[in-house]
Amino acid sequence: MASFSTSQFKSGLKILLDGEPYTIVDNEFVKPGKGQAFNRVKVRNLKTGKVIDRTFKSGESVEGADVMETDMQYLYNDGEFYYFMTPEDFEQHAASAELIGDTGKWLKEQDTCSVTLYNGEPLSVEPPLHVTLTVTQTDPGLKGDTSSGGSKPATLETGAVVQVPLFIQEGELLRVDTRTGEYVSRAKE
Amino acid sequence: MTPSWQPLATPARLQARAALLAQIRQFFAQRQVLEVQTPVLAAHGVTDVHIEQLCVGSAERWLQTSPEYAMKRLLAAGVGDCYQMTPAFRAGEYGRLHNPEFTLLEWYRCDYDAPALMREVGALVDQLLGPAPMASQRYADAFIAQGLPDPLSADTQVLWQAAQDRRDVAAPPDGLDRDGLLDWLLSTQVVPGLPRRCFITHYPASQAVLARLSPQDDRVAERFELFCDGVELANGFHELTDATALGERWQRDQAKRVARGDAPGSMDARLLSAMASGLPDCAGVALGVDRVFMLAQGLDSIAQGLTFDWGNA
Repeated sequence: MASFSTSQFKSGLKILLDGEPYTIVDNEFVKPGKGQAFNRVKVRNLKTGKVIDRTFKSGESVEGADVMETDMQYLYNDGEFYYFMTPEDFEQHAASAELIGDTGKWLKEQDTCSVTLYNGEPLSVEPPLHVTLTVTQTDPGLKGDTSSGGSKPATLETGAVVQVPLFIQEGELLRVDTRTGEYVSRAKE
Repeated sequence: MTPSWQPLATPARLQARAALLAQIRQFFAQRQVLEVQTPVLAAHGVTDVHIEQLCVGSAERWLQTSPEYAMKRLLAAGVGDCYQMTPAFRAGEYGRLHNPEFTLLEWYRCDYDAPALMREVGALVDQLLGPAPMASQRYADAFIAQGLPDPLSADTQVLWQAAQDRRDVAAPPDGLDRDGLLDWLLSTQVVPGLPRRCFITHYPASQAVLARLSPQDDRVAERFELFCDGVELANGFHELTDATALGERWQRDQAKRVARGDAPGSMDARLLSAMASGLPDCAGVALGVDRVFMLAQGLDSIAQGLTFDWGNA
């Protein structure tokens, strides 16, 4: 993997520190006019999400981290692993249920996700911003309800539970924002 | 994709910048300080340990990192009090407060010492930024005021420990020499705690650059810097006039550069000759014009006050 000099530092650059992959969040060049130059950076650990500060002597080099984001199709999960495929070459990647965590509730088979690979292994998975999911369970709404009144919980096919308007019924397709976990609208097949 | 061609500064901003430049020229005209121009491309550069130069290969010339050497040759030739505003160039310095090409205001006053020149710097800054109280702290006192060891007498190991003990910032990088560590402490621990406008004076002798050492205490140099709102704005010296001492300092710089694995600087024999023939007793200071304009306009970066910065020049 290439190494990067501090002069190449910028937000989003993926580097290896103490053997862990990080992304640069913020980079500040600091230099007394006649003195030693420094780069003060904020970096986010790509595994833990923790943000830390580091200071480098300007001109130092740091090893790059072999991290890339790829669009992949979500295939299925067997409870232990979630399986994804790159559509170009049908190569499959498995991500542990532990790594997927809460994201799993937004993963629908065939949907395209953004998978971050580190040394070829999935590091994190971003679901699509919006997903369309079927309501598998919700209490019947009262007759005459309109979209302006109240809300109720609905369980979706992936297990996610979202607040929906009272007129939504079981079997309907909903569009949901995965960033907020909020109902957006009804959807058509 | 079409490259971005538009200037960073708005037309109104450029008018304000022109007004600031006019204000500076008027300040010196009123004081009978002569405006001069010296070459931006010259046969030699500097030996500064932490300043990298840009070389124009086809001409085998160096873009000047400051007009200091040429102006001192003018002083040795009897030109007297003089100033200039000029582009200056330093390789690799690019950030919120840096641009590899920037504008320096540099001036020299004969028979001034450091306090006299500091008063004049204060008067100019009051005009450009509006009047405000001006503080002054000795380098060592500024460290001690932040709970740090005395930078003039403490062991390097003690300074390292003090740096490690600070929890508010990341630890300093490995491999710093004593002056590098002092630079780190000054930048991260001392400057943020300074009053809004504050001179730092009496720099350690190891950071004298071209300032004379104090006759009362040779551990410190008659060098000062001005910080405004945490921004390093000016660097001044009661100038070293001893050509032999200058040659020795250059050799020390060169040794440090070589030990680090860098190319030695290009020593300007003409300045040595000028100093040997007699540089008048004087004080000189360089002030960052882009930075003072940034502060005057309340900008976040110097780039916002430039027509085109390094990224789109």
